[in-house]
This record gives sequence, C-alpha cells and structure tokens, in this order.
Amino acid sequence: MMAGSDAAAPSLDVRGLHKAYGDLDVLKGIDIAVKHSEMVFVLGPSGSGKSTMLRCCNRLEEPDSGAIRVGGDPVTGAGVNLNAIRQRIGMVFQAFNLYPHLTALANVTLALRKVRGMSRRDAEARGMEALAQVGLAEKAASHPAELSGGQQQRVAIARALALEPEVMLFDEPTSALDPELVGDVLEVMRDMKKAGMTMLVVSHEMKFARDAADRVIFMDKGVIVEQGPPEDVFGAPRHDRTRAFLSRVSGQ
Amino acid sequence: MTQWERFLDTFFNAAVLTRYAPDILAGVWVTVQLSILIVIVGIGLGAGLAMLRAYRVRVLSLLIVIFADVFRALPPLVLILIAFFGLPNAGIMLSSFLVLFLVLTLTLAAFAEEIVWAGLTSVDRGQWEAARSTGLGFTQALVWVALPQAVRLAIPPLTNRAIAITKMTALGTVIGVPDILNQATTAQSFSGNASPLMLAALAYVALFLPFVILARWLERRFAWKKV
Repeated sequence: MMAGSDAAAPSLDVRGLHKAYGDLDVLKGIDIAVKHSEMVFVLGPSGSGKSTMLRCCNRLEEPDSGAIRVGGDPVTGAGVNLNAIRQRIGMVFQAFNLYPHLTALANVTLALRKVRGMSRRDAEARGMEALAQVGLAEKAASHPAELSGGQQQRVAIARALALEPEVMLFDEPTSALDPELVGDVLEVMRDMKKAGMTMLVVSHEMKFARDAADRVIFMDKGVIVEQGPPEDVFGAPRHDRTRAFLSRVSGQ
Repeated sequence: MTQWERFLDTFFNAAVLTRYAPDILAGVWVTVQLSILIVIVGIGLGAGLAMLRAYRVRVLSLLIVIFADVFRALPPLVLILIAFFGLPNAGIMLSSFLVLFLVLTLTLAAFAEEIVWAGLTSVDRGQWEAARSTGLGFTQALVWVALPQAVRLAIPPLTNRAIAITKMTALGTVIGVPDILNQATTAQSFSGNASPLMLAALAYVALFLPFVILARWLERRFAWKKV
C-alpha cells in the first residue's frame, strides 16, 4: 500500500453514490466497498448504471453526490488532486483506447514519463515489465494497428498496471473482442488476481465471474439488487430481477 | 519573321532572358523568404489558436471563431490594399513586405486553425479518457495524445492550404514587394517583351514543385494506420 493510506480501509470505498442525467436517475445511492486483493464483478442489464458507477470511481463521470475513497484517501470533494489520485486507480476500457500514434511501449510509458517525470530509460524498463506481465514484451515496438484486439486490450491493461495502481477498474474489457480472443484477456486478469490486485469488473463474462470472482454484485435501474459470493448469486438468486436477468442471459 | 519565330521571340527571347535573369533571381529569394515565414508562423499560430479553443473558454473561443471566419471570408488582396494604402492615413506605416507577410500569415492561420480544430474534434473521446485516467492533465492529454492525432488528419488539407496561400505572395506585386512576379512585370515593361514572365512562371514551378513533393512525403510520413 502507498504511504498515507489507511491499511484497514477498503481499497475502494463508494458511499451513497448518486448520478442523474437531467431527469434520468442513473445511480440512486450505490454503496460498494472492495477489500484489498478482492475481485468484485458487477452484473446487470444494459442501462442498469453499472458502467456509469465504474466511471464515477475515477471521476470520468462527475458524481452528483456521494463519497469515493481509494485506500482511505478521498477521490471526491474539494481540494482533491485528481491527476494524482487517478494514478492510483487503473482503468481498462471496452474499446481499449490505445493511442494509435504510439508504439505499445510508448503507450505504456507515456504517463510514467509525463506524469511521473521518469527518465526514458527508467520508464521503458518499467514499461517492459508491465508488458511482460501481460505476455506482450515482444510486441513493445508494434503500433496498436498491428495488434489483435486481445493484444491491444492486454497492452491497455499494461498501460494501467505500469502505474502500480491500488485498484483496477474494468469496463466491459472483453465485450469488443472476438470470442476466440477473450480467453487471453481473462487469463491476464486471473494472473493479476493471483498477484493480489484489487479489481472491480463490469462484464458479461458469467462463466469467468463464477469461477474467478470473490463477490458478484447485481445492479438494476441504478440500485444494487443483491450481492454475494458467485455460487450464491448464480446458484440461488434471491430476487426476481436477478433470476430474470440470469435466465435471459443463460437462455441465449 | 514567321509566326513561329515571332512566338519564340515574344516568350523566349535569349537576350531579354539573360538581361533580366538576375532580377528575377533576386525576386525568387524574396518569394522564398516570404513563403517560409508565412508557412511557419501561419501554421504555428493557427495550431496554437486551435489548441486554445480546445479549453472551451467561451469568450476566447468566440474571438477565435470570429477571427477565423473573417480572415477566411476576406480576399487577401482586399486586406493588402487596405493595410498598405489605408493604414498610412491613420498614421501607421508598414513596409510592403510586412503588409504582405502579415495578411497572408493571418489568412493561413485562420484556415490552419479550422483545419487543426477539425482534427482535434475528431479525436475519439476514449483517447482523452484513457489519457486522463492515467493522471495526465488536460494540457498533457491535449499535447501528447490529441494533437498528434489531429495533426495527422490535418496534414493533407494543411499542406494544400499552405501551397495555395504562399502562391498568393504574387499579390505583393500590386504594392511593390520585389517578388518574382513584380521583377518580371517590371522587366517586361522595360523590355517590351513577355520573356521575363515566362521566366517567372518557370521560377514558380521550380519553387513550388518541391513544396508539393514535400507535402506528399509528409502525408505518407504521417499516415500511420488508424486502429
């Protein structure tokens, strides 16, 4: 943990999160605490607010009210150094969002050099480590256009990992991938969990959630409907809405 | 004299060509200097304005849009005549070289601003989000992530526009800038022969053809594939 962080505090703590777009209440009071090294999966139908919730955690979306903390330190509120706190929260996007004009390595080192002020040599050493972690050290010199979707997403994960964040947010990391490329990305996520990373994942990968997640949260219409260990939520859902969603998804 | 001989004598009179070639060469130098200055300052200023506009400060953006629209709408010759013949009446004397430089630079800057701005707005929102999520500030994301992608898109229209505007240095002739065309028309009226104009035309081709080729090279150089 980083200096100044409270060891007893959850790695990510979301309290009373509200967000509305005009008249549309997208989040109606969300509370989530993710423990250190915990992998939490968030499921829910589209429009349930799960992506918005995730994007509020590093304030890509500005919450209307509520408090968010990382390792005990506030993300929301006045006087927060947003660029500093964001380095402690890694984010992986559905569309990868790699910088197309930079090589894989330069994608990973950009923030190290420009935000952390590391020398090129140090940043590249750290960047190569991160690329090796996702199994793509040999693609360091490739541009995103030369990589498959799965490789691009792994480089995007390395870009976030290079900053050694305390929490990683995954916004549907495999939804844009061809089915045969999903496995590699999930494998990297499994390795990260083994290495003790704290992760909050919005995803439709039910099978992966069932055997990798510590906890599953089901969201619908801006509220958390139920949550628990995957075997409970998948095996014995308590709410009709959860049952309806799961049967719809598995019934395809 | 046959028709053909008269034609050759009018456009390719060896004596006239030799006599006035040094003058036209001096004009080439003036045109080259002006063109380089206009391209560098004009594109630099335009890109700078487009970046300022990215901060979306309402008053500032409005001023930039007004500048860009006015300078894109006005024919440069009108501005040149106003600045050179009008301003002295208001007590502001500018050299013909400076007037030509200012008008063409501002005109190029206006177009460059719109071109680079269009490039910036076409950069996917996800690019900004990825940059900001790793702790880059707005300016850092603009400079290191958005601008390089905007410039790549802007290179073809920017080079076309730069060529079109620098060719307008010939407008300097009407206010006495000693550029290629001015030297040629002077020589033509002294000699009563059109050969200096042909020489000027050749000089323009020799000058701008490498420019066009450089533009092509730049377009290839920046044409990394989009994801």
